[in-house]
Amino acid sequence: MMRAFQILLVRDTKLAIRVGGGAGMAVFFFLTVIAIVPLGIGPNLKLLANIAPGMLWVALLLSALLTLDRLFQADYEDGSLDLLMTGALPLELVAAAKALSHWLTTGLPLVVAAPLLGLLLNLETSAFGPLVLAMLIGTPALSFLGAIGAALTVSIRRGGLLASLLVIPFYIPVLIFGVAAAGGGGVSAVPGAGGQSLLLLGAVALVSLVLGPVAAAAALRANLR
Amino acid sequence: MAGMSELTASQRFQAFANPARFMALSDRLLPFCTGATALLLAAGLYLSLFASPPDYQQGETVRIMYIHVPSAWLAMFGYMVMAGASAVALVFRHPLADIGAKSAAPIGAAFTFLALVTGSLWGRPMWGTWWVWDARLTSMLILLFLYLGYMALWATIEEPVRAGRAAAVLALVGSINVPIIHYSVVWWNTLHQPASVFRIDGPAIATSMLMPLLIMALGFTLFFMTLLLVRMRAEILRRRVRVLRLARTEG
Amino acid sequence: MDSFLAMGGYAGFVWPAYGLALVVMIGVAVQSVADYRAQQRLVRELDAGKTARPRAPARSLGDA
Repeated sequence: MMRAFQILLVRDTKLAIRVGGGAGMAVFFFLTVIAIVPLGIGPNLKLLANIAPGMLWVALLLSALLTLDRLFQADYEDGSLDLLMTGALPLELVAAAKALSHWLTTGLPLVVAAPLLGLLLNLETSAFGPLVLAMLIGTPALSFLGAIGAALTVSIRRGGLLASLLVIPFYIPVLIFGVAAAGGGGVSAVPGAGGQSLLLLGAVALVSLVLGPVAAAAALRANLR
Repeated sequence: MAGMSELTASQRFQAFANPARFMALSDRLLPFCTGATALLLAAGLYLSLFASPPDYQQGETVRIMYIHVPSAWLAMFGYMVMAGASAVALVFRHPLADIGAKSAAPIGAAFTFLALVTGSLWGRPMWGTWWVWDARLTSMLILLFLYLGYMALWATIEEPVRAGRAAAVLALVGSINVPIIHYSVVWWNTLHQPASVFRIDGPAIATSMLMPLLIMALGFTLFFMTLLLVRMRAEILRRRVRVLRLARTEG
Repeated sequence: MDSFLAMGGYAGFVWPAYGLALVVMIGVAVQSVADYRAQQRLVRELDAGKTARPRAPARSLGDA
């Protein structure tokens, strides 16, 4: 069973990295969003430094949403999802493999890009560590919760927008704890808030690691009867 | 033969689940529900507008509370009904549960909207601003998003059984997430230390205000129930129409 | 009466709140009942059509 999981994971990751897989697109989108923020609010470096963690997190959420529709849609359209459903691997693990591959090809590159984009927003160098750590813990939750939205809308043509709308409320805890753990939004006034937020973020991530595949599998079953 | 009259609990449950039974039962219930709703709402309006004193701190604006607080209750109650019905729909494949969950959503969303707007109208004179990012207001706003997402999912999947299952999954995931979201928003709020000019739940509420509030809340709840029955009946008929139409095009 | 309508100077907040509550609640109620009536009518029409339907193919057969 682990073998089947592995094969599926490798297959999905390869497909996403290949040309037209859209993995690079999310990072590019992330970059453009961050680039237009100073254009929107002005080049005041102090202000930019203040809002940098929050902006980076918001842009990260949007970029993660952008690629959600690729999670199940392609496999649904060419029928391989039906095969996966009848296969030996439980549907929950199929969903988990796909979410994990989404994280590897979307979440991880975004986390790597985040510090570079932090430079553009005049983020203090001391804040890079907490930011990357928080994003590393938080981004899997985005992929696994996103899988629910993608699975719910899999049978809808152009369901990506609806998936985003459904998923955004579920992303709110990740955003709040993530920004707080990264020390954004003037949170430093409360001592110890950063560490606590990081723990809470971890808890949210763990919950979504379980909830995501189970709910996504249920949603796929509902859509593929 | 002896077993004929002794229905087991599950059989009785099944019998109640029967849409035809539901139609007959709700038909008998509806006039009473409508009458009681009208009476309670009229009494509530009278009490809240005429027969209750202005607050010593908030003056007459306290009258907004009598519609704001019940709306907020019903907003949450509606989600509970929706999530509960969704769970029953997923686990027991209960035909009415699906319909109940779908029918509860727009009413709940309407009350969520009402709670937000009346809260805003109350906040303007009390806080000096139309909107504050208070934990409750923010949670309410997110609840509205959840309702709208749920309704959008129903609206986009054409086949009712499929839509019902997907929507039920969404409602259940939402019900697991609502406490987490609420907690995170409270946390976020304490980090940012709001200017607490005034708290809605500050002083203990006087009996002269509790009475109108309770009557109004009861009236709102009955209103919700009555409309839920009407909407469920409409939904049952809509499915019958769908089946009849399909049969016609195939036959 | 005037002082009642003035709501202690907060008329601009209290009355819109009540007015909006009225509009929203009546709106949902009217929409629900109208939808119910519409579905009821459709069912009646379709039920009436069902009895008439078998004749239609028979007639077209006869025409052919």
